[in-house]
Amino acid sequence: MSNWIDLFSNNQDLIFVLVLAIFLGIELIKNIPAVLHTPLMSGANALSGVVVVGAILVMLNADPNNYLILGLGFVAVVLGIVNVVGGFAVTGRMLNMFKKSGK
Amino acid sequence: MSSALAIIYLLSTVSFVVGLRLLGHPATANKGNRLAAGGMGLAILATLFLHELEVPPKIYLLIGGAIVLGSVLGAFMAIRVKMTKMPELVSLFNGFGGASAALIGLVEFGKGAGDTLLATTITAGVVIGSLTFSGSLIAWGKLDGRIKSTVFIPQRNIVNNLVLLATIVLAVMLVTGSLQDPAWIYVLVTAGLLYGILFVLPIGGADMPVVISLLNSMTGIAAAITGVLYSNKLMLIGGILVGSAGLILTFAMCRAMNRTLAAVIFGAFGEEAVAGGEGRTVGGTVRKTTASDAAILLNYARDVVIVPGYGLAVAQAQHVIHELEQLLTERGVVIRYAIHPVAGRMPGHMNVLLAESQVDYGLLVEMDDINPHFAQTDVVLVVGANDVVNPAAHNDPASPIYGMPILEVENAKNIIVNKRSMNVGYAGIDNELFYNTKTAMLFGDAKAALTDLVAELKKL
Repeated sequence: MSNWIDLFSNNQDLIFVLVLAIFLGIELIKNIPAVLHTPLMSGANALSGVVVVGAILVMLNADPNNYLILGLGFVAVVLGIVNVVGGFAVTGRMLNMFKKSGK
Repeated sequence: MSSALAIIYLLSTVSFVVGLRLLGHPATANKGNRLAAGGMGLAILATLFLHELEVPPKIYLLIGGAIVLGSVLGAFMAIRVKMTKMPELVSLFNGFGGASAALIGLVEFGKGAGDTLLATTITAGVVIGSLTFSGSLIAWGKLDGRIKSTVFIPQRNIVNNLVLLATIVLAVMLVTGSLQDPAWIYVLVTAGLLYGILFVLPIGGADMPVVISLLNSMTGIAAAITGVLYSNKLMLIGGILVGSAGLILTFAMCRAMNRTLAAVIFGAFGEEAVAGGEGRTVGGTVRKTTASDAAILLNYARDVVIVPGYGLAVAQAQHVIHELEQLLTERGVVIRYAIHPVAGRMPGHMNVLLAESQVDYGLLVEMDDINPHFAQTDVVLVVGANDVVNPAAHNDPASPIYGMPILEVENAKNIIVNKRSMNVGYAGIDNELFYNTKTAMLFGDAKAALTDLVAELKKL
């Protein structure tokens, strides 16, 4: 138990940010009209590609002679970037199709 | 972290928050998407160049290569995809994000030794990342028709829960240090992958919108966990925003089907129907109609509502339905589309399809707004939808969909239902609407049937 209390006090910053971000996320998304559900999901999906920042950090910190780590890191960066670029591009494509008469 | 890097991360975080906010309104959505994309690009560049590490050129070359390769692949897939294939693509991208998170955890596993927080986050990242990856791939395969829609595994619930339990036990033992050999992390990845497959495989087509939003949410959580690993607040906040957004959509979809999340995950529709009795089999005669009769009915109506469903997407009939709508509008018919929240295979699927064929989104009316209006509607045209218009949801307590909010098309004066055959929908139950005396069935593939309908209308 004291382990977990230490964990909390040593990482207060992150834990506060985490909890506040949950509330922020809920406030941002609720009451979004159904017409935007797909673009919203696909935009959020692109945002989850932020994990690529971690993949880049793996590569930057890697020992240049450790090919296993370099290989795994390379694949992680490729997959993450596909998620980011593909996600934003497809969301943009979808949003460009929405139109309302009189505009 | 250098302060320049921290400032850029802060700006990127703000762009994510504001971007998501703007994405929530039709008029500003495009701006929001571009803002978030810009923030992401900035964060990636800053991560690459504003660190304080000694990095040999070889590694830069590798990262650069990976970024170029990934960008080309992602852009290519996004440009090539057909709008009817959108749910598949979103699942696929989502799986990639999950895989990326799992790989990071795999590489960093050694760092966790002796540090509970690090060990917990790494292990959680590996589990969530790998199960999102395999789950999303299965979802992709099912949507694409590569995997037959419902696969029943004997004793599925027991098997699934055992695998889940084993995964959790393994993860806890790795965190507490009971398992010292680093090779166990590969076993954990395998367990995560296996659970992802078992979890999505039996889920029925109608539940797909729920599953896709849930998987989307989990990738966000995996990204956030990776953020904790690097004490990186950008990743933490970005990931959590996605996680909460996905969860809200997940619950919205569940509410729209009157099902709990647990029922979606632990019980496929077909099985429930068997467990709870078959529901009522509806007898009676079905009245068939022809394209020319349907055209006459529509032509002399004043008020028409179209109810699109997954069949419209399968037949790629979104363009011809728009043509029909324009033709009727020119002839003075008031026409609208009624959109059920879970019509199609992902949240908002019908909206995107109709938008592709340039339908004015002002004509798309949500369920609660259109339901009171059906009593004044002359003709309802149901295209490729079934369970979302099944009155059994209101009047048959034995039915597996009892209690699910539906589009109350049975209140309209005339109903035309376009379907390929009398086969039951995804829920595997009969639909008394088809036997209603007000209902006429227009059998055939949605695209072919609507094309005939348009041709007949033009003759009138």
